[in-house]
Amino acid sequence: MTLLTISGLTAHYGVSQALFGVDLELDAGEVLAVMGRNGMGKSTTVKSICRMIRSSGTLHFDGHDLHALPSHRAARLGIGLVPEGRRCFGDLTVTENLIATARPGPWDANRVTRLFPRLGDRKRQRAASLSGGEQQMLAIGRALMTNPRLLLLDEATEGLSPILRQEIWAVIARLKAETGMAILVIDKSLRELSRIADRAVILERGKTAWSGRMAALTPEISERFVGV
Amino acid sequence: MIPERHVNAALLVGLVAVPMWALAADEPYTITLATRAVILALAAVGLNIALGIGGLVSLGHAAFFGIGGYAMGILAFHAQTFTPLDFGAFSVAGTKSMPVIWLAALVLSALAALVIGLLSLRTSGVYFIMITLAFGQMFYYFTISWSTYGGEDGMSIYVRNSFPGLDTLVPVQFFGICLILLCLVLFLNARLVRSRFGLALNAARQVSVRVETVGLDPTRLKLLAFVISGAVTGLAGALFADLNRFVSPAMFSWQFSGEIMVLVILGGVGRIFGPVVGAVVFVTLEHVLGGLTDFWHIYLGVILLLIVLFAQGGIIGLLCGRRVHHD
Repeated sequence: MTLLTISGLTAHYGVSQALFGVDLELDAGEVLAVMGRNGMGKSTTVKSICRMIRSSGTLHFDGHDLHALPSHRAARLGIGLVPEGRRCFGDLTVTENLIATARPGPWDANRVTRLFPRLGDRKRQRAASLSGGEQQMLAIGRALMTNPRLLLLDEATEGLSPILRQEIWAVIARLKAETGMAILVIDKSLRELSRIADRAVILERGKTAWSGRMAALTPEISERFVGV
Repeated sequence: MIPERHVNAALLVGLVAVPMWALAADEPYTITLATRAVILALAAVGLNIALGIGGLVSLGHAAFFGIGGYAMGILAFHAQTFTPLDFGAFSVAGTKSMPVIWLAALVLSALAALVIGLLSLRTSGVYFIMITLAFGQMFYYFTISWSTYGGEDGMSIYVRNSFPGLDTLVPVQFFGICLILLCLVLFLNARLVRSRFGLALNAARQVSVRVETVGLDPTRLKLLAFVISGAVTGLAGALFADLNRFVSPAMFSWQFSGEIMVLVILGGVGRIFGPVVGAVVFVTLEHVLGGLTDFWHIYLGVILLLIVLFAQGGIIGLLCGRRVHHD
């Protein structure tokens, strides 16, 4: 069943156009990798899905036209965002970050701390004082607390040490295997993406340049569009 | 650094001990001063909900204080003149009952906060400050021209309103009522800060757009905080009017809005007991320095300047550290 449908998506930052026609589909339970060089529109696509910027074209989630909804109503449909740069609520503790964003469903603070035991050890610590890796875990935990059906991960491993990156990838793999939640993941690590993603979409200058099954992504294609 | 809960406890003990000493020493004026501090603290606790948790810099909170005051004044005026309050299609009898007056003050100031909030929360920053200021001034000029209730001269209430089982004319009994209300509001405020609503509001203050991506409507959160804040300040206005047995347009003045904000900043923005510390310090300075010179506000200004420059967590921040403690 198709959960997210994007067709001919265009978006602007003020007068400057950032997306020129993004097309992608994401099924329930599927992991989709969105790839491309810097500045090709990956994060803008995510911001459009979350209704954080003005966009037009087809943008449907579970039969709902997202363009008709404000950002918070779109999120309530079951879209959880792990934003680029983590952006946790720095003045709140780990537990408070989780409680503040909680919505009814199977995910609660205990389940998040079972997924990230390190967060459990730092429950009463302010988010601003956590390490980068811990903040990333908290950002994922915070998104899970909204009990999403679609999890958007925007550069979730950027700037982390190799060990922490492996930890985050292991968690994403667990989420895929255990929850059946759809995941849209933006990352530069082709090796990790090829292990976890079912399909991939490559953006080039704000447009979909290639899409297909991950296994069909040849080194030539990735070299041409992603540069790796 | 001293744990914040110890400072809070010491403050509560002091708030009870000083009037008790004054009662024993037959110093009723000290009890009245303590009552004034408690009521101003209540008004500042109201503002602190909007300012400290929600980050809403309102320069129009005097509007809610004045509405609470006039709710008391108008109901008591009609009770003492034995004339009904005429709304055209129906009329309402006046009352001298404090609980009824408090309810009216809470409801009317909450309604005013709802309307003002709906309009002003479309903006932010300096525009929000200006709109709230404009609303406060609108009420101020309206009451100046409202001759039925004294206009510019204000209106006196001859006898303090009544509370079942108590003689409110006895200063310490009226102080007790005010202190209990303050403690109740402080308790509810502490619960609110730790509730999911309070945490979400805090998050909305930090990064409004990020809160939307987790399914929360920051405008709605801030509006609810603004309404609660206005209602608490309105309750303080009703008590203040009862303390002085007098209401006047000065209750709506922008200077008073600024004064409430000074109390919050002095004590510590976002701290549960910050407004209480601010009010106690303010009333003490007003009494001590005011007796020495008419220009005591200059010294208050210097203290405020020092606090803002060197102790941004206010006096509580100076004593307990800058971090806002939720326990």
